Amino acid sequence: MKHPIRFLRSLAVATALACTGTSLMAPPQAVAAEETPVHGGTLTAIIQPEPPMLILGLNQQAPTQTVAGKIYESLLTYNFDLSPRPSLAKSWEVSDDGLTYTFHLQEGVTWHDGEPFTSKDVLFSFTKFLPDTHPRARALMSRAESITAPDDRTVVITLKEPFPAFLQGFEMSTTPIMPAHIYEGTDYQNNPNNNTPIGTGPFMFDEWVKGSYIHLVKNPNYWQEGKPYLDDIYFKVIPDAASRALALENGEVMQSQYNDIEPFDVQRLAALPHLQVIRKGYEFVAPLMWLEINHRVEPLGDKRFRQAILYALDREFIRDRIWFGLGRVATGPINSVTKYYDPNVPRYDYDPDKAIALLDEMGLEPDGDGVRATVKFLPLAYGETWQRLAEYVKQALGKVGVKVVLESTDAAGWGKRVANWDYEITTDFLYQYADPSIGVSRTYLSSNIRQGVLFTNTMGYKNPEVDRLFEEAAKEVDPEKRQDDYSQLQRLIVEDVPVAWLLEMEFPNILNTRVHDAITTAIGVNETYADTWISPE
Amino acid sequence: MTRDFLLAFARNKGAVIGLAIVAVIILMAVFADVLYPQDPWDMVGLPFAPPMTDGMLMGSDMLGRDIAAGIVHGARVSLLIGLTSTLAAVFIGVLIGAIAGYYGGWLGDLLMRFTELFQTIPNFVLVVVIVAIFTPSLTSIVTAIALVSWAPLARLVRGEVLSLRSREFVQAAVTCGQSNGTIIVKQILPNCLSPIIVSASLMVATAILLESSLSFLGLGDPNAMSWGFMVGSARTVLRQAWWMSFFPGVAILVTVLGLNLIGEGLNDAFNPRLRRKRTA
Repeated sequence: MKHPIRFLRSLAVATALACTGTSLMAPPQAVAAEETPVHGGTLTAIIQPEPPMLILGLNQQAPTQTVAGKIYESLLTYNFDLSPRPSLAKSWEVSDDGLTYTFHLQEGVTWHDGEPFTSKDVLFSFTKFLPDTHPRARALMSRAESITAPDDRTVVITLKEPFPAFLQGFEMSTTPIMPAHIYEGTDYQNNPNNNTPIGTGPFMFDEWVKGSYIHLVKNPNYWQEGKPYLDDIYFKVIPDAASRALALENGEVMQSQYNDIEPFDVQRLAALPHLQVIRKGYEFVAPLMWLEINHRVEPLGDKRFRQAILYALDREFIRDRIWFGLGRVATGPINSVTKYYDPNVPRYDYDPDKAIALLDEMGLEPDGDGVRATVKFLPLAYGETWQRLAEYVKQALGKVGVKVVLESTDAAGWGKRVANWDYEITTDFLYQYADPSIGVSRTYLSSNIRQGVLFTNTMGYKNPEVDRLFEEAAKEVDPEKRQDDYSQLQRLIVEDVPVAWLLEMEFPNILNTRVHDAITTAIGVNETYADTWISPE
Repeated sequence: MTRDFLLAFARNKGAVIGLAIVAVIILMAVFADVLYPQDPWDMVGLPFAPPMTDGMLMGSDMLGRDIAAGIVHGARVSLLIGLTSTLAAVFIGVLIGAIAGYYGGWLGDLLMRFTELFQTIPNFVLVVVIVAIFTPSLTSIVTAIALVSWAPLARLVRGEVLSLRSREFVQAAVTCGQSNGTIIVKQILPNCLSPIIVSASLMVATAILLESSLSFLGLGDPNAMSWGFMVGSARTVLRQAWWMSFFPGVAILVTVLGLNLIGEGLNDAFNPRLRRKRTA
């Protein structure tokens, strides 16, 4: 560990010299645009929790993605607006009938061990490795009628029926390309090379000291000429939240992501002159948070009751006071950064009187204590912030006569109870994966009411029209017609309030101001970092 | 006798102060609804308001709940849990201790080994496990605290009973043909009341601390405003807002201190010779 010490000393100087304060809202890339990238330097980043392994094809937990995203690559990556852009595929075509996808691969790509990368690796990944190990990739590739490689640089996929969201499935967490020469014909889970990941990415695995750090070094033979700029990257494991904030504060690390920093600490850190907060880079996952409501329990099955819940909640208060400003008030089932979002839906602005009127209409009269109905609330056991949310919901619903009794459980107990429909109201958040037919429909389709499976239609919501539109939209090739379907869907679902949408969640990336071009795509910190550079002190 | 005892107690300044503190806390708990009629969970002011703003004596917490209201209503939870769990623990402890001490033999051995079982498991760990299994609620917390607190008392009572059962007045009762139960309840227990009272008063303090620690860890009853919960939920914003954890922390400190002072005072008043020896 010679590097970090030297680096720390120089960083201390840099911190002292830094005078450009960046506020929470400042455009992150403005500074970088005027400067030209320089080579060299070491990036230090927090990684939390420590990933179980680095073989991206075998494990896709968030920390694995962040580290292994530098080692492995995929065919495509996505701009902030979710339009695809080249990675291992330099170009691609989709036939007019929406059935045939042709990818042309980059020239001169080699694996970290020197073997050439060809269409054989892509074929192996899509037809053998990933369907065996990765549920999301398996679901995607099961839509293919055939996957072929006419030559070393071309891959052709033919679908059984049109599925326009298919093109959103080629980033590194869904379909990372794995090396065929290492895994073909072996037991993937127990391959002896699983401790030393071999990818095509700009950084190569160097060393992993368990419980301490993971060290990646520059790939000198990277296929993009002159890249990467960084010499190496250290991912440091820091299990304690307060220590993570301190490490950013004193310059020991230069990057944090996801929930590394608790919401209440973000504003404090953002005010420091050597740190900047970038909220972009989560467009692909686009998490949406809601109150999940079990329709099987009376009176929660009545849509007027669910609408009343939404009217009774001040969601701006939730964003500003509980999430400390991180997030956007949700308007409906589709996150505003996901494709086919339509803002033109019925609104449920904070209005307790409307909530009371709806409850009156249902005939729920207040008793002697002003209680119209009693519901049990099982908060998500993910810590402090979620508990505050539960306390707020209890008070806010209490104001309109809905008494909330808080239950408590641990994370495992929560998953078990929600999956088995043993709850009345709970909190939940789901990733949307760029397209409504991948990450949104699963929550509302009545065909996805599956007891025992988490993140399905656990509410028991049924609307035949919604089912029909989701199925139609998933196959619709014409983008305009597709938008029509989804717009119609959003209005229908928002009217029904199957769940009470709270916030489109934002995760803060907190970066040292010396780090440039880190968050450049919709997958943010999971990007390869081939373009990332550090300005000299 | 009573007068002597009161005089002895009043002579101890610390005990009187302790009594005053606890009296204030009890009054707070009794008149909570008069002092702060609103629900302590209500968000009545701006979040993060420092003390003395918006008419909030101790400021507000991160959701705008009045801290003073939380302290006053929290006194109820703390006292309720402290008293009920102590009562339950005293009942178990005295029962087991008295039987073991009076009958002795294999029954006494068995009961004492059982007691030791509870004494060897760290209190707090056992409480956490019990509450986690039975999901946090006032009942499960009281039960858990009672279950870990009775063991030392059982040993204490056994010792007292052992020494008393060979005394003449007990022998006299036996010759009179009184039943074992009557002898334990009418002859022996009244004579070992003072150590029981002293340790019970200290147990109340321990119970309050245990409940606070549970709530601090997020294992409190999520529907009850308690001091431990207030400290626990505010510790994360300690650097931004000291008052949120400071005032409930002080409330816990003062209450536990008051109860300990009373315990000391009672001990001294019950054992005047001991006290004189110490002050000499």
